[in-house]
Amino acid sequence: MEINRLQDEIVEEFELFDQWMDKYEYIIDLGKKLPLIDSTFKDEQHLIPGCQSQVWLHAEMQEGRVNFTADSDAVITKGIIALLVRVLSGQKPEEIATSDLYFIDRIGLKEHLSPTRSNGLVSMVGQLKTIGKNLSKAH
Amino acid sequence: MNKALAPKVESTKFDAEAIRKDFPILQREVNGRPLIYLDNGATAQKPKSVIDTIDRYYRDQNSNIHRGVHHLSQLATQAYEDARETVRLFINADHDYEVLFTRGTTDSINLVASSWGRRFLEPGDEVVISTMEHHSNIVPWQMICDERKAILKVIPIHESGELDMAAFQSLLGDRTRMVAIAHVSNSLGTINPVEDVIRMSHKHGALVLLDGAQCVPHMRVDVKALDVDFYAFSGHKIFGPTGVGILYGKEDLLNNMPPYQGGGDMIKKVTFEKTTYNTLPHKFEAGTPNIVGGIGLAAAIDYVSQFEPRALADHEQDLLDYATEKLQQIPGLKIIGTAEHKASVISFIIEGQHPFDIGTLLDQQGIAVRTGHHCTQPLMDYYHIPGTVRASFAMYNTRADVDVLVAALKRALEMLS
Ligand SMILES: Cc1ncc(COP(=O)(O)O)c(C=O)c1O
Repeated sequence: MEINRLQDEIVEEFELFDQWMDKYEYIIDLGKKLPLIDSTFKDEQHLIPGCQSQVWLHAEMQEGRVNFTADSDAVITKGIIALLVRVLSGQKPEEIATSDLYFIDRIGLKEHLSPTRSNGLVSMVGQLKTIGKNLSKAH
Repeated sequence: MNKALAPKVESTKFDAEAIRKDFPILQREVNGRPLIYLDNGATAQKPKSVIDTIDRYYRDQNSNIHRGVHHLSQLATQAYEDARETVRLFINADHDYEVLFTRGTTDSINLVASSWGRRFLEPGDEVVISTMEHHSNIVPWQMICDERKAILKVIPIHESGELDMAAFQSLLGDRTRMVAIAHVSNSLGTINPVEDVIRMSHKHGALVLLDGAQCVPHMRVDVKALDVDFYAFSGHKIFGPTGVGILYGKEDLLNNMPPYQGGGDMIKKVTFEKTTYNTLPHKFEAGTPNIVGGIGLAAAIDYVSQFEPRALADHEQDLLDYATEKLQQIPGLKIIGTAEHKASVISFIIEGQHPFDIGTLLDQQGIAVRTGHHCTQPLMDYYHIPGTVRASFAMYNTRADVDVLVAALKRALEMLS
């Protein structure tokens, strides 16, 4: 599915929550469920250090599409990563590079992707886009 | 400016509820809830008197200082120098020219490390800091020690977050030139035994710099009684504006130190061949200073000075005791920093939980705490933790704030488990 369709889907899902608690409980749930990354990639090389929480990111190309996995030591960060994986993993590199991730704002989680949070998420999205850009040039 | 300095003994009971009304920001909401501000260690809120002073300065007085013959410049210069006098009285320094305006604690420490260090540190000399220092009291010393081939030594701490004074004694030697430690730890709340530190250091001929950033908002400091050589603090943590701070230094020390930065105001005479420097304090105040910052800081000092120090201390001790007792009842919660003498700061971790998650869920409930390493990474390494959640109280906090914190924390833990 294309990136914006997936984003809209998430926005619709979040419209069901009118309490902040429900929203965060859902994110925490997402964060808890998935072993997001193969443990061999949870190393220094894949680490995106943040002041508050750390993120590990691994990306690989498969049949013209970027599959990525990531993890974090904080469960809320991890839950947001799960949403980003859902939207961006399996997409074409050039689409990742040019994507506009508006869903984060629409579901009221904008502050988590602000540089001031320094939870590693901003750098992670930046790195993903760079990977997308580099891979699309390589083709 | 100094009218409020004589402590007005109002009543022995400290009325925090009334004080709250002086702070406009405390009336606002965050995420639909009344703001509970427990991040005073990072920066304190500003009373209306400070906000009004700043506003009035720009409306009525704004002008550059020390350089104009015109009326406004005289007004501004007078206000700025009155502010210096307010600070002098507040810390009981002998002379107003021993009180330097800086950008803040960080700037003050850098000034000493750079200016004093360049002139007086020889290869093999030693500078002593402690495990619990803020990065601002680590990195400037690392930099100058690197440059001067001097050696940086670190006082270890006990698990409780108290300095290991026996170890400190054994670190002191005839090459010890400077001992730079926090008066109060920002991460742990520990109030260090600075009288002992100063006495022991002076016995070895070493100077002492105290990082007072977390001390002055909570208790009165008397630099003369302490016989401290340098004392640094920030305006914004004592209910004043950001971008201004103080470095107190003993007259003869400051006189023997070279200027820190070059520029306007700090000179006596400039030719292309040679420049002679101005006298204290101007020698260390190059360029147009943060004039409104200095004046705002004095207004903040006037504000806190109206409270009887004992009553303020009792109120904050009560908050600390109450919060400690309530937080300890939460299963899995561990307080980091259990020194006998503490300022009203509580750092804690909760088993199996990341401080970032806790901080995020508290924020959703309108509570401002700080999470992370609090710019004390070596201290976090000592405890083998990535960071803590820190609630730091000010005089306008109440037991009710603690109750809201505890309830919100319980809710966060329910959501996370
Ligand atoms: C103990 C301590 N020292 C130094 C600083 C640095 O103060 P500033 O950032 O105002 O220069 C702080 C503030 O975070 C502190 O808590």
